[in-house]
Amino acid sequence: MIEISGLTKSYGSTTVLDGIDLTVADAQIGAVVGPSGAGKSTLARTINLLERPTSGTIAVNGRDLTALSGSELRAARREIGTVFQSANLLRRLTAAENVALPLRHHGVPDNQVRRRVHELLERVGMLHRANHYPSQLSGGQRQRIGIARGLALKPSVLLSDEATSGLDPDTTLSILTLLRELRDDLGVTILVITHEMDVVRGIADQVARLDHGRIVERGAVADVVRGSDSDLSRALLPLPPAVPAPAGHRTWSLRYDAAAVSPFWVAQVGREVGTDLAVLSALVEETGRASVGRVTIGVAPGVDERRLEQALITHGLVVEQRATLRAVTPRTPGTPGAEAVA
Amino acid sequence: MIALISTPWPDVPSLLGPALGETVRLVAIVMTVVVALGLPLGLLIFNTSPLGLAPHRLLHVSVSWISNLGRSLPFLVLMAAVIPATKVLFGTTVGFQAALLPMAIAGVAFFSRITENAVREVPRELLDVGLAGGSTRWQIVTGIQLKEAVPGLVAGFTINLIAMIEYSAIAGAIGSGGVGYLAVNYGYRRFDQNIMLACIVVLVAIVQALQFSGDRAVRALTR
Repeated sequence: MIEISGLTKSYGSTTVLDGIDLTVADAQIGAVVGPSGAGKSTLARTINLLERPTSGTIAVNGRDLTALSGSELRAARREIGTVFQSANLLRRLTAAENVALPLRHHGVPDNQVRRRVHELLERVGMLHRANHYPSQLSGGQRQRIGIARGLALKPSVLLSDEATSGLDPDTTLSILTLLRELRDDLGVTILVITHEMDVVRGIADQVARLDHGRIVERGAVADVVRGSDSDLSRALLPLPPAVPAPAGHRTWSLRYDAAAVSPFWVAQVGREVGTDLAVLSALVEETGRASVGRVTIGVAPGVDERRLEQALITHGLVVEQRATLRAVTPRTPGTPGAEAVA
Repeated sequence: MIALISTPWPDVPSLLGPALGETVRLVAIVMTVVVALGLPLGLLIFNTSPLGLAPHRLLHVSVSWISNLGRSLPFLVLMAAVIPATKVLFGTTVGFQAALLPMAIAGVAFFSRITENAVREVPRELLDVGLAGGSTRWQIVTGIQLKEAVPGLVAGFTINLIAMIEYSAIAGAIGSGGVGYLAVNYGYRRFDQNIMLACIVVLVAIVQALQFSGDRAVRALTR
């Protein structure tokens, strides 16, 4: 497990990281998200000790790495494997040689290096590319090699620094699947630093939002996506663009636990209240350990709002936002969801 | 009148052959010194810079200054300037040994900058890979920095080698021997046009062949 506490990094009078506390338990996947300039890359570089923290501690399995120096620090670095953005493979080494590099630099005997490299390449599904050079590999393949290299020294923590940035969605998905498998098979703790919400939704157990060098929001991904009142939950499950509500209809945004609520709730609630509900936009997603639905409905004029709300609550839905008697203007696809207007 | 004293063509090889051998020997010795000293000097210049693995301002400025010094003087001036040192070192101020010292000084200074440039082209992120993985600085320099810079170093080596052949010809002026000496003494001083022509052909052929091989090597080494 990795425990970061009170981590601060300043350059002169500029504080880039301000008292970061973050813990990822054994075999969990933690994610740190944030906009560019929030301090994500500095956080990544401080966690793998490329930058020395101004203050605070980074402990892996209870051992504070910031207190070490020289050869002790080099040995302790084995505990944190890093997967870099765009893989950072050596261009003049083959895939296998890239994976072997940290092993050789730590004095692992040749026959063991060969065995371990074989094992790692097999694990990331790249055995058939062992003797290829990075320029002969696709971005996703390069990143698989980068992951294999990150795992070479059997670290207890794998730090993924924007490892899927710049990859296409399918490749991102395959890399995330690989990371999750590695966690499940090897029990490695993974800390993902990313600006992509898809990544968080796809693999993280815990999420923290970094903004201006501070962690402003955090929680289990399952809880955050079920919640409705935070920037993080809205960012994690953005509503798709809604069609305009029929004339006179009011728009309501709802959120619910899709595992617990009957999939027939639209018809059921409509029957109970005696009206047809218009579905303007909907999203039902299985994210890690939670199935969450977000829906924008149009409520016909004359419907008793209190009765409708009561019926929705009885069925297990949460009313996030409602607009009173206001026409929703059409908007171009791609703009933020209905909540921006509602 | 001038053409009359030209060496007859059949006699040219007996003059040119040994001269070529001397040039090869001189340049080979100089290039060995150049790589042996210029490479570490270049690595030191880069790695003590703010972008390097062990930034050290004072050391960087000093080494950089020394390297610049060696490249400041036109070769002819440098040759004359180091004559006292040559006298102490080799006990002579003319001939083969006299050319070694100024050529080595100019070459080492030149190659140190070529090395610095080549390793500067290695992306910083690759050094971070080594640092984050717990490699020692020495391992990073040899296993990552130099390894990745090989094509750039080979390209730079080719340029340096050709420059040294050029310098060896200038060193002909102080009687260093070699193709340059032949061209100066026969071609220039005695208006021996055949020798001049032969020297030109040989020098052009050598330079073209070296550049061609260097380019091929760089292409083969680039992945």
